[in-house]
Amino acid sequence: MRGPGFLEQLETALPGSVAGSRLDALDPWIEIEPSRLVDVCRWLREKSEVRFDALECITAIDWFEPDSKKAAKATWQPHTELVYHLWSTASRVSIVLKVKLPRWKGDVPGQLPEVGSVTGVWRGANWHEREVYDLSGVWFTGHPDLRRILCPEDWEGHPLRKDYEQPLEYHGIRGR
Amino acid sequence: MTQPQVNPTPWIEGRFEENMVLTTVEQAINWARQSSIWPMTFGLACCAIEMMAAGASRYDLDRFGAGAFRATPRQADLMIVAGTVTYKMASRVRRLYNLMPDPKYVIAMGACTTGGGPYFKWGYHVVKGVDLVVPVDVYVPGCPPRPESLLEGLMRIQDKIQGQRIAKRTGSVGKVDDELPVPHHSGYVVSPVADGSLVFDHQKVQS
Repeated sequence: MRGPGFLEQLETALPGSVAGSRLDALDPWIEIEPSRLVDVCRWLREKSEVRFDALECITAIDWFEPDSKKAAKATWQPHTELVYHLWSTASRVSIVLKVKLPRWKGDVPGQLPEVGSVTGVWRGANWHEREVYDLSGVWFTGHPDLRRILCPEDWEGHPLRKDYEQPLEYHGIRGR
Repeated sequence: MTQPQVNPTPWIEGRFEENMVLTTVEQAINWARQSSIWPMTFGLACCAIEMMAAGASRYDLDRFGAGAFRATPRQADLMIVAGTVTYKMASRVRRLYNLMPDPKYVIAMGACTTGGGPYFKWGYHVVKGVDLVVPVDVYVPGCPPRPESLLEGLMRIQDKIQGQRIAKRTGSVGKVDDELPVPHHSGYVVSPVADGSLVFDHQKVQS
Protein backbone atom coordinates (compact mmCIF):
# COMPACT_ATOMS: atom_id res chain seq x y z
CA MET A 1 0.00 0.00 0.00
CA ARG A 2 2.86 2.34 0.82
CA GLY A 3 3.85 2.85 -2.75
CA PRO A 4 2.84 4.71 -5.85
CA GLY A 5 0.51 1.84 -6.74
CA PHE A 6 -2.00 2.84 -4.11
CA LEU A 7 -1.98 6.42 -5.29
CA GLU A 8 -2.55 5.30 -8.88
CA GLN A 9 -5.52 3.24 -7.82
CA LEU A 10 -6.98 6.27 -6.09
CA GLU A 11 -6.24 8.43 -9.10
CA THR A 12 -7.90 5.90 -11.40
CA ALA A 13 -10.96 5.51 -9.25
CA LEU A 14 -11.44 9.20 -8.56
CA PRO A 15 -9.57 11.25 -11.14
CA GLY A 16 -8.54 14.73 -10.13
CA SER A 17 -8.94 14.17 -6.43
CA VAL A 18 -5.28 14.06 -5.42
CA ALA A 19 -3.57 17.43 -5.06
CA GLY A 20 -0.25 16.20 -3.74
CA SER A 21 1.33 13.41 -1.76
CA ARG A 22 4.35 12.20 0.10
CA LEU A 23 4.38 8.48 0.67
CA ASP A 24 7.98 8.06 1.88
CA ALA A 25 7.37 10.06 5.04
CA LEU A 26 7.02 8.41 8.42
CA ASP A 27 3.32 9.15 8.24
CA PRO A 28 2.58 8.98 4.52
CA TRP A 29 0.13 11.66 3.54
CA ILE A 30 -2.03 12.50 0.56
CA GLU A 31 -3.39 15.95 -0.08
CA ILE A 32 -6.98 15.89 -1.30
CA GLU A 33 -8.97 18.48 -3.21
CA PRO A 34 -11.51 19.88 -0.73
CA SER A 35 -14.46 19.23 -3.04
CA ARG A 36 -13.56 15.53 -3.39
CA LEU A 37 -12.86 14.78 0.26
CA VAL A 38 -16.06 12.87 1.02
CA ASP A 39 -15.76 10.78 -2.15
CA VAL A 40 -12.16 9.89 -1.35
CA CYS A 41 -13.03 8.97 2.23
CA ARG A 42 -15.89 6.77 1.11
CA TRP A 43 -13.64 5.08 -1.45
CA LEU A 44 -10.92 4.53 1.16
CA ARG A 45 -13.39 2.98 3.55
CA GLU A 46 -15.48 0.88 1.20
CA LYS A 47 -13.72 0.31 -2.12
CA SER A 48 -9.97 0.33 -1.64
CA GLU A 49 -8.19 -2.96 -0.97
CA VAL A 50 -7.04 -1.61 2.40
CA ARG A 51 -10.27 -0.78 4.19
CA PHE A 52 -9.70 2.24 6.38
CA ASP A 53 -12.49 1.58 8.82
CA ALA A 54 -11.41 3.90 11.62
CA LEU A 55 -11.04 7.65 11.71
CA GLU A 56 -8.55 8.34 14.45
CA CYS A 57 -8.67 12.09 14.62
CA ILE A 58 -9.31 15.30 12.77
CA THR A 59 -6.89 18.16 13.26
CA ALA A 60 -7.18 21.73 12.08
CA ILE A 61 -4.10 23.89 11.73
CA ASP A 62 -4.36 27.63 11.26
CA TRP A 63 -1.51 28.78 9.05
CA PHE A 64 -1.81 32.44 9.81
CA GLU A 65 -0.16 35.28 7.97
CA PRO A 66 3.45 35.30 9.17
CA ASP A 67 4.97 38.07 11.20
CA SER A 68 6.41 40.82 9.01
CA LYS A 69 9.95 40.06 10.20
CA LYS A 70 9.57 36.39 9.36
CA ALA A 71 7.55 36.88 6.17
CA ALA A 72 10.61 36.71 3.93
CA LYS A 73 11.47 33.20 5.09
CA ALA A 74 7.91 31.97 5.32
CA THR A 75 7.17 29.06 3.04
CA TRP A 76 3.40 29.20 3.22
CA GLN A 77 0.47 31.28 2.22
CA PRO A 78 -2.20 31.85 4.89
CA HIS A 79 -4.61 28.92 4.91
CA THR A 80 -6.39 26.46 7.16
CA GLU A 81 -5.33 22.85 6.93
CA LEU A 82 -7.34 19.82 7.99
CA VAL A 83 -5.53 16.58 8.75
CA TYR A 84 -7.39 13.27 8.92
CA HIS A 85 -5.65 10.25 10.42
CA LEU A 86 -7.13 7.00 9.17
CA TRP A 87 -6.47 3.49 10.40
CA SER A 88 -7.27 0.09 9.04
CA THR A 89 -7.84 -2.38 11.84
CA ALA A 90 -7.67 -5.37 9.50
CA SER A 91 -4.46 -4.48 7.69
CA ARG A 92 -2.94 -2.49 10.56
CA VAL A 93 -1.85 0.39 8.35
CA SER A 94 -2.54 4.07 8.68
CA ILE A 95 -2.70 6.95 6.27
CA VAL A 96 -2.98 10.70 6.59
CA LEU A 97 -5.22 12.88 4.45
CA LYS A 98 -4.68 16.61 4.23
CA VAL A 99 -7.06 19.23 2.94
CA LYS A 100 -6.13 22.83 2.39
CA LEU A 101 -8.85 25.41 2.84
CA PRO A 102 -8.78 29.21 2.73
CA ARG A 103 -8.76 30.88 6.13
CA TRP A 104 -12.05 32.55 5.29
CA LYS A 105 -14.52 31.59 2.63
CA GLY A 106 -13.95 33.90 -0.33
CA ASP A 107 -11.39 35.78 1.80
CA VAL A 108 -14.23 37.59 3.56
CA PRO A 109 -13.39 37.72 7.29
CA GLY A 110 -16.11 36.06 9.32
CA GLN A 111 -17.20 33.69 6.57
CA LEU A 112 -16.13 30.23 7.68
CA PRO A 113 -14.43 27.98 5.15
CA GLU A 114 -16.53 25.03 4.09
CA VAL A 115 -15.71 21.39 3.49
CA GLY A 116 -17.86 18.29 3.22
CA SER A 117 -18.63 16.36 6.37
CA VAL A 118 -17.42 12.77 6.64
CA THR A 119 -20.01 11.89 9.27
CA GLY A 120 -21.75 9.76 6.67
CA VAL A 121 -18.59 7.71 6.23
CA TRP A 122 -17.49 7.35 9.84
CA ARG A 123 -20.12 8.05 12.48
CA GLY A 124 -17.37 8.95 14.95
CA ALA A 125 -16.52 12.01 12.92
CA ASN A 126 -19.57 13.74 14.35
CA TRP A 127 -18.00 15.06 17.54
CA HIS A 128 -14.57 15.51 15.95
CA GLU A 129 -16.05 17.87 13.40
CA ARG A 130 -18.03 19.69 16.06
CA GLU A 131 -14.84 20.27 17.98
CA VAL A 132 -13.01 21.51 14.90
CA TYR A 133 -15.91 23.83 14.15
CA ASP A 134 -15.99 25.07 17.72
CA LEU A 135 -12.32 25.80 18.16
CA SER A 136 -10.99 26.42 14.66
CA GLY A 137 -14.01 27.57 12.73
CA VAL A 138 -14.46 25.20 9.80
CA TRP A 139 -17.99 24.68 8.55
CA PHE A 140 -18.72 21.05 7.65
CA THR A 141 -21.51 20.96 5.10
CA GLY A 142 -23.83 18.01 5.51
CA HIS A 143 -23.10 17.55 9.19
CA PRO A 144 -26.30 16.47 11.00
CA ASP A 145 -25.82 18.55 14.15
CA LEU A 146 -23.05 21.10 13.77
CA ARG A 147 -22.96 23.20 16.93
CA ARG A 148 -20.39 24.05 19.54
CA ILE A 149 -19.25 21.17 21.74
CA LEU A 150 -16.79 22.67 24.25
CA CYS A 151 -17.45 26.40 24.46
CA PRO A 152 -20.84 27.73 25.57
CA GLU A 153 -23.35 27.91 22.77
CA ASP A 154 -23.36 31.70 22.71
CA TRP A 155 -19.58 31.97 22.52
CA GLU A 156 -18.20 34.32 19.90
CA GLY A 157 -15.23 33.48 17.74
CA HIS A 158 -13.13 30.38 17.39
CA PRO A 159 -10.43 30.32 20.07
CA LEU A 160 -7.71 28.32 18.35
CA ARG A 161 -7.52 30.69 15.40
CA LYS A 162 -4.37 32.76 15.52
CA ASP A 163 -6.25 36.05 15.17
CA TYR A 164 -8.68 35.21 17.98
CA GLU A 165 -9.16 37.90 20.58
CA GLN A 166 -10.14 36.98 24.11
CA PRO A 167 -13.41 38.38 25.40
CA LEU A 168 -13.07 41.19 27.94
CA GLU A 169 -16.35 40.24 29.57
CA TYR A 170 -18.65 37.25 29.46
CA HIS A 171 -22.17 37.79 30.80
CA GLY A 172 -21.06 40.08 33.57
CA ILE A 173 -17.93 38.15 34.52
CA ARG A 174 -14.81 40.22 33.98
CA GLY A 175 -12.41 38.63 31.51
CA ARG A 176 -9.06 39.98 32.63
CA MET B 1 -6.09 13.61 118.49
CA THR B 2 -8.82 14.38 116.00
CA GLN B 3 -10.05 17.79 115.07
CA PRO B 4 -13.74 18.30 115.64
CA GLN B 5 -15.81 18.88 112.51
CA VAL B 6 -17.31 22.26 113.07
CA ASN B 7 -18.62 23.10 109.59
CA PRO B 8 -18.61 20.11 107.28
CA THR B 9 -18.78 20.82 103.51
CA PRO B 10 -22.16 20.15 101.99
CA TRP B 11 -22.42 16.93 100.03
CA ILE B 12 -23.17 18.75 96.76
CA GLU B 13 -20.06 20.93 96.88
CA GLY B 14 -17.51 20.19 94.19
CA ARG B 15 -19.53 17.50 92.51
CA PHE B 16 -20.12 19.48 89.30
CA GLU B 17 -16.89 21.39 89.08
CA GLU B 18 -15.36 19.18 86.44
CA ASN B 19 -18.51 18.80 84.41
CA MET B 20 -20.04 22.22 84.17
CA VAL B 21 -18.97 24.80 81.62
CA LEU B 22 -20.22 28.30 81.79
CA THR B 23 -20.29 30.13 78.50
CA THR B 24 -22.38 32.40 76.34
CA VAL B 25 -24.91 31.32 73.75
CA GLU B 26 -22.84 33.05 71.11
CA GLN B 27 -19.75 31.02 71.89
CA ALA B 28 -21.71 27.81 72.16
CA ILE B 29 -23.31 28.29 68.76
CA ASN B 30 -20.02 29.26 67.16
CA TRP B 31 -18.33 26.25 68.71
CA ALA B 32 -21.01 23.97 67.35
CA ARG B 33 -20.84 25.51 63.93
CA GLN B 34 -17.09 25.45 63.60
CA SER B 35 -16.95 21.84 64.69
CA SER B 36 -19.35 20.62 62.04
CA ILE B 37 -18.53 22.35 58.79
CA TRP B 38 -19.95 20.13 56.11
CA PRO B 39 -18.27 20.77 52.80
CA MET B 40 -19.89 20.26 49.43
CA THR B 41 -18.38 17.76 47.03
CA PHE B 42 -17.13 20.12 44.41
CA GLY B 43 -14.11 18.84 42.54
CA LEU B 44 -13.55 20.53 39.19
CA ALA B 45 -9.97 19.56 38.33
CA CYS B 46 -6.75 18.22 39.77
CA CYS B 47 -7.17 20.10 43.08
CA ALA B 48 -10.01 17.70 43.82
CA ILE B 49 -7.45 14.90 44.14
CA GLU B 50 -5.75 16.79 46.95
CA MET B 51 -9.13 17.55 48.47
CA MET B 52 -9.92 13.84 48.44
CA ALA B 53 -6.53 13.14 50.02
CA ALA B 54 -7.35 15.66 52.73
CA GLY B 55 -10.59 13.84 53.36
CA ALA B 56 -8.99 10.39 53.47
CA SER B 57 -7.46 8.69 56.46
CA ARG B 58 -3.92 10.07 56.31
CA TYR B 59 -4.89 13.74 56.65
CA ASP B 60 -8.36 13.08 58.01
CA LEU B 61 -10.51 16.14 57.53
CA ASP B 62 -12.95 14.53 59.94
CA ARG B 63 -10.77 15.61 62.88
CA PHE B 64 -12.20 19.07 62.33
CA GLY B 65 -15.72 17.80 61.94
CA ALA B 66 -15.57 18.59 58.26
CA GLY B 67 -15.45 15.09 56.86
CA ALA B 68 -19.05 14.79 55.80
CA PHE B 69 -18.86 15.71 52.13
CA ARG B 70 -22.39 16.38 51.00
CA ALA B 71 -23.51 15.82 47.46
CA THR B 72 -26.14 18.54 47.63
CA PRO B 73 -25.76 22.23 48.34
CA ARG B 74 -28.82 22.15 50.59
CA GLN B 75 -26.92 20.28 53.29
CA ALA B 76 -23.56 22.00 52.92
CA ASP B 77 -22.00 24.87 54.83
CA LEU B 78 -18.75 25.16 52.95
CA MET B 79 -18.00 25.15 49.25
CA ILE B 80 -14.43 24.13 48.51
CA VAL B 81 -14.00 25.25 44.90
CA ALA B 82 -11.26 22.82 43.94
CA GLY B 83 -10.15 23.29 40.37
CA THR B 84 -10.34 25.37 37.23
CA VAL B 85 -13.59 27.29 36.86
CA THR B 86 -14.50 27.91 33.24
CA TYR B 87 -16.99 30.49 32.02
CA LYS B 88 -19.33 27.66 31.21
CA MET B 89 -19.07 26.37 34.77
CA ALA B 90 -19.23 29.79 36.43
CA SER B 91 -22.99 30.08 36.24
CA ARG B 92 -23.31 26.62 37.81
CA VAL B 93 -20.91 27.56 40.61
CA ARG B 94 -22.94 30.65 41.33
CA ARG B 95 -26.20 28.74 41.21
CA LEU B 96 -24.93 26.10 43.65
CA TYR B 97 -23.68 28.83 45.95
CA ASN B 98 -27.10 30.45 45.93
CA LEU B 99 -28.68 27.12 46.81
CA MET B 100 -26.61 26.73 49.99
CA PRO B 101 -28.27 27.73 53.28
CA ASP B 102 -26.80 30.50 55.40
CA PRO B 103 -24.28 30.71 57.00
CA LYS B 104 -22.15 29.62 54.06
CA TYR B 105 -18.47 29.84 53.37
CA VAL B 106 -16.27 29.46 50.31
CA ILE B 107 -12.68 28.28 50.09
CA ALA B 108 -10.96 29.06 46.80
CA MET B 109 -8.54 26.17 46.53
CA GLY B 110 -5.58 26.33 44.19
CA ALA B 111 -4.05 28.79 41.77
CA CYS B 112 -6.83 28.59 39.17
CA THR B 113 -9.58 29.62 41.56
CA THR B 114 -7.58 32.30 43.34
CA GLY B 115 -6.69 34.16 40.16
CA GLY B 116 -6.72 32.13 36.98
CA GLY B 117 -3.39 30.47 37.67
CA PRO B 118 -1.61 29.11 34.59
CA TYR B 119 -4.63 30.09 32.48
CA PHE B 120 -4.42 33.74 33.38
CA LYS B 121 -2.77 34.94 30.19
CA TRP B 122 -3.96 32.65 27.42
CA GLY B 123 -6.84 30.74 28.92
CA TYR B 124 -9.70 32.21 26.94
CA HIS B 125 -12.24 30.03 28.76
CA VAL B 126 -11.13 30.33 32.39
CA VAL B 127 -12.64 32.69 34.94
CA LYS B 128 -9.76 34.74 36.33
CA GLY B 129 -10.47 33.88 39.92
CA VAL B 130 -13.66 32.44 41.33
CA ASP B 131 -14.10 35.58 43.45
CA LEU B 132 -15.49 37.19 40.31
CA VAL B 133 -18.46 34.85 40.64
CA VAL B 134 -18.90 34.01 44.34
CA PRO B 135 -17.66 35.80 47.49
CA VAL B 136 -14.59 33.96 48.76
CA ASP B 137 -13.68 33.69 52.45
CA VAL B 138 -10.34 31.93 52.35
CA TYR B 139 -7.84 31.60 49.52
CA VAL B 140 -5.58 28.55 49.54
CA PRO B 141 -2.71 29.02 47.08
CA GLY B 142 -0.76 26.22 45.47
CA CYS B 143 -0.88 24.21 42.29
CA PRO B 144 -2.35 22.06 43.68
CA PRO B 145 -2.13 22.86 47.41
CA ARG B 146 -0.95 20.15 49.76
CA PRO B 147 -3.65 18.70 52.00
CA GLU B 148 -1.98 20.49 54.91
CA SER B 149 -2.68 23.78 53.17
CA LEU B 150 -6.32 22.89 52.79
CA LEU B 151 -6.49 21.98 56.48
CA GLU B 152 -4.93 25.34 57.28
CA GLY B 153 -7.57 27.02 55.14
CA LEU B 154 -10.26 25.10 56.99
CA MET B 155 -8.85 26.27 60.32
CA ARG B 156 -8.98 29.85 59.10
CA ILE B 157 -12.65 29.29 58.26
CA GLN B 158 -13.09 28.03 61.82
CA ASP B 159 -11.42 31.20 63.11
CA LYS B 160 -13.80 33.22 61.03
CA ILE B 161 -16.79 31.36 62.44
CA GLN B 162 -15.46 31.81 65.96
CA GLY B 163 -15.43 35.53 65.53
CA GLN B 164 -19.07 35.77 64.56
CA ARG B 165 -21.45 37.75 66.75
CA ILE B 166 -25.11 37.32 67.42
CA ALA B 167 -26.54 40.78 67.28
CA LYS B 168 -29.69 42.45 66.29
CA ARG B 169 -29.36 44.01 62.89
CA THR B 170 -29.89 47.72 62.83
CA GLY B 171 -30.86 49.76 59.84
CA SER B 172 -32.41 48.26 56.74
CA VAL B 173 -33.13 44.57 56.92
CA GLY B 174 -33.57 42.60 53.77
CA LYS B 175 -31.78 41.27 50.78
CA VAL B 176 -28.57 42.98 49.88
CA ASP B 177 -28.09 43.73 46.23
CA ASP B 178 -25.68 41.30 44.68
CA GLU B 179 -22.57 42.93 43.43
CA LEU B 180 -21.71 39.79 41.53
CA PRO B 181 -23.56 38.61 38.44
CA VAL B 182 -26.05 35.77 38.60
CA PRO B 183 -25.75 34.10 35.21
CA HIS B 184 -28.60 32.02 33.91
CA HIS B 185 -27.66 28.40 33.32
CA SER B 186 -27.92 29.01 29.61
CA GLY B 187 -25.35 31.76 29.96
CA TYR B 188 -27.75 34.67 29.94
CA VAL B 189 -28.55 36.88 32.90
CA VAL B 190 -31.86 37.80 31.37
CA SER B 191 -33.59 35.46 29.00
CA PRO B 192 -33.04 36.68 25.45
CA VAL B 193 -36.06 34.85 24.15
CA ALA B 194 -38.51 37.63 23.51
CA ASP B 195 -40.31 36.46 20.40
CA GLY B 196 -40.65 32.88 21.57
CA SER B 197 -37.96 31.47 19.33
CA LEU B 198 -35.55 29.01 20.88
CA VAL B 199 -31.93 29.99 21.07
CA PHE B 200 -30.17 27.01 22.57
CA ASP B 201 -30.27 23.35 21.78
CA HIS B 202 -31.32 22.25 25.26
CA GLN B 203 -34.44 24.39 25.01
CA LYS B 204 -35.81 22.09 22.35
CA VAL B 205 -38.68 19.92 23.48
CA GLN B 206 -38.29 16.29 22.51
CA SER B 207 -41.44 15.10 20.81
